[in-house]
Amino acid sequence: MSSESVEEYLEAIYSINERGEKAKNQELAEKLRVSPPSVTQMVKRMADEGLVEYEPYKGAALTGKGNALAQKVVRKHRLLERFLYDYLKLPFEKVHDEACRMEHSLSDETTAALCKALDNPEVCPDNLPIPHCSLGVDDCDQCEEARSKIDVETPLTTQLSRLHPGEEGIVAYIHSGRHSGKRLQDMGLTPGTQIKMVNAAPFKGPIEIEVRGTSLALGRRLAAHVYINVEDEGKPWKRVHPHGPHHNTAKTN
Amino acid sequence: MSDKITIGLAGNANVGKSVIFNQLTGLHQHVGNWPGKTVERAEGTLVFEGKEIEILDLPGIYSLSTYSIEEIVSREYIAVEQPDVIINVLDAGALERNLAFTVQLMELEPRLVLAVNQIDLAENKGIIIDTDELSRQLGVPALPTVAIKGTGLTDLVATAVKITEETPNKPILYGSEIEESIESIKGRIEVQTPYPSRWVAIKLLERDSEIEEIIYDAHPELRETVEQERFKMESAHGHDFGSVIASERFALAHRIANNATSHIEPQKSTGEKIEDVASHPVLGYIMMIVSILVVFYSIFSLGDWMAGVMDAFFAVVNTAYINALGETWATTFFWDAVVDGFIGGMVVAIPYIAPFYLVLSLLEDSGYLARVAYLMDSAMHTIGLHGKAFIPVMLGFGCNVPAVLGARIMETERERLICAFVASLVPCAARSIVIMGLVATYVGFKWAVLLYVIDFFLIFILGRIAYKVAPDEPVGLIMEMPGFRLPSLSTTGTRTWFKLRMFIKEAMPIMVAGNFVVQLASILGLLDVIEGVMSPITVGWLGLPAAAGVVLIFGILRKELTLILLGSLAGTMDFSTFLTPAQMMVFAFVVMVYVPCVSTIAALVKEFGYTKAGIISAVEVIVAVVLGGVLLRVLPFIGLA
Repeated sequence: MSSESVEEYLEAIYSINERGEKAKNQELAEKLRVSPPSVTQMVKRMADEGLVEYEPYKGAALTGKGNALAQKVVRKHRLLERFLYDYLKLPFEKVHDEACRMEHSLSDETTAALCKALDNPEVCPDNLPIPHCSLGVDDCDQCEEARSKIDVETPLTTQLSRLHPGEEGIVAYIHSGRHSGKRLQDMGLTPGTQIKMVNAAPFKGPIEIEVRGTSLALGRRLAAHVYINVEDEGKPWKRVHPHGPHHNTAKTN
Repeated sequence: MSDKITIGLAGNANVGKSVIFNQLTGLHQHVGNWPGKTVERAEGTLVFEGKEIEILDLPGIYSLSTYSIEEIVSREYIAVEQPDVIINVLDAGALERNLAFTVQLMELEPRLVLAVNQIDLAENKGIIIDTDELSRQLGVPALPTVAIKGTGLTDLVATAVKITEETPNKPILYGSEIEESIESIKGRIEVQTPYPSRWVAIKLLERDSEIEEIIYDAHPELRETVEQERFKMESAHGHDFGSVIASERFALAHRIANNATSHIEPQKSTGEKIEDVASHPVLGYIMMIVSILVVFYSIFSLGDWMAGVMDAFFAVVNTAYINALGETWATTFFWDAVVDGFIGGMVVAIPYIAPFYLVLSLLEDSGYLARVAYLMDSAMHTIGLHGKAFIPVMLGFGCNVPAVLGARIMETERERLICAFVASLVPCAARSIVIMGLVATYVGFKWAVLLYVIDFFLIFILGRIAYKVAPDEPVGLIMEMPGFRLPSLSTTGTRTWFKLRMFIKEAMPIMVAGNFVVQLASILGLLDVIEGVMSPITVGWLGLPAAAGVVLIFGILRKELTLILLGSLAGTMDFSTFLTPAQMMVFAFVVMVYVPCVSTIAALVKEFGYTKAGIISAVEVIVAVVLGGVLLRVLPFIGLA
């Protein structure tokens, strides 16, 4: 599977999940203008890769890893929309399709520069939130400094609240008030700490995580301020699947 | 040195600290409050090898910052009162996180002994702790204990007594760059504080508001040095100093825990099996509803029965009293004004508060409270609280007094206040008597339901307003999820007894005085005057009969009596002869919302002081009166004249 089509799927599922719904195959097929059987096949593959959790008849929801990848693309997409609309004055109806074409070739470095040039916008022209960048910075100065220290690609992070039960990750940074940030650190959630999502209460209730050998419950809104590094070895679709060579991906790194 | 030794017990929550305290002190304990704080202070004594030892059980905390009042109280105690020894109780099953607190304790440089507790439960989880290795790593004695069985406690106390002769422990050093910064600040601190200067330097770097105030007031020029050092470290690490030092402490804790821990094959315990059910999205709620219903039903049916027995008993006493002294003006007044207030207090305290303390402590110690909070968090967020507030708010339906006292399970002062405020608005059993006896009986059941709906709506709105206006930063749920275990019955029992004693001692005088004032006003004929003064409100705005003014004042004592009193003033118990349905609705509404009863006010005063209790009461009176009048004017439009 090509990275571009995976990104398109991630984006589509992300925008449906954003409304609080699961992405049904039918809706994905319409949105991506592909045949329902190929959607079924792709979603199944993505589920095998741990990018989505798929329930037959209910639809697909992104996992933490899927969210992290999707947020990266969606961020590029929505920043580009902002740029095309605000600076190049393209008509509103056209910016989405244009951004779709450009997003896949935009490097992380250019994305960060674009973000700075646009003065760190909060929402895209459709008023949807632009996902936070994964550097854990508060302003453009810190961003520049952080960028000077890392490689070309920014790390793969997403909010703790987006992880699925069973997923693991490493605390990257915490974006919250001083009080609650302090408390989270006191309970052991310091940057670099390994955590595991255990359970999520229904009705947008708290999540339960395992950290340093103890169980902690965190309110969902608070968990949305904790950013988790979900990266393992490179992009998931570039790896050989651990359960055997049942599709033709080659190890490239 | 003197024969009297003082020991402080410190550690995280849910490590079995209170069980150790209870095992050591038995019935020789005293539960009170830290001066001016809503934090419990439990002290006790123990005689060990001819030496008298005073033990203080510090609250369960995770850090020594200023996050909660408990943390401030604890660090002040260690530094200012300087106990001879601190026993740090650790949960063997979560050694790493517990050790991060130990590392912080060592910054305060006390004489320290570690009690590695629940070593048996950790073994079930496959964790074996080598306490000797732990002791070597930290340079302090460490002993294994199983508090609930009393294992290892004698050795623990003997070790604590032994080290009182030794010099206090040295803190563990952090990375060299951090230590350099600490050193350079430490050297410039000239103000005398009870705290070690290395600790003060760390707290300044951490922006600890309390320490900053003490130091910078005397040393404004130090601020710049601290800021320079902090900046140096923050730019080197790319994180703020708070997370740099937290990471450092946890890195140390991780290393030490790793060296002292070995693993064996774990066994799935019964506790874990219950846990699976308790957090299941469907079964969890079923289990919660069933257990909450059982708990409430047992508290209130037991309470009702006990209150009935006590009422009957005091009635007999009253008859005997009248028979012995005769029914004169003086004897009646003494009974009504003095004895009745005392009886009112007893009839609340013993039947309702004792079982409540008992059950709350069982729920907390067994680990189930955390599961309930977990399941109810999102629902409680709609009224500006989080999951832990569910139990106190639910208790409010029976009686507001335990609900207000239960607000203590919230961590910050802000959340305690919001929780108590919301709880005092919940229609308790006494208010339900009025709603059911008046509105449901004479107007119709659906109108009674409407009153409840209005009340829930009010709780929702006022809760949100309180969330907005209450000071400080709102904090979401951050809670440890302890594993299930059997609570210690003797610890629960003694705790309940000492808490109940404290409640009676502190709240009883307020209840007796409140009763006395109202009775005195009545005897002096002041009530007629008040009735006249209040009539523009009661008659003019609320459209009630003039007598309602007096009834509402007496209602402060016991709300369930308002109905009987209103009937006796009117000369009939058939309320439809002198009240219109609309008047009944308004009367029941006002009774439901206006000031909590005197027992609840006493509980509010005890927990939050006179000012805050006054504000809460005033807000509720205003809301009741304003909305009561509005209700009167709206009712005709929804079909009730």
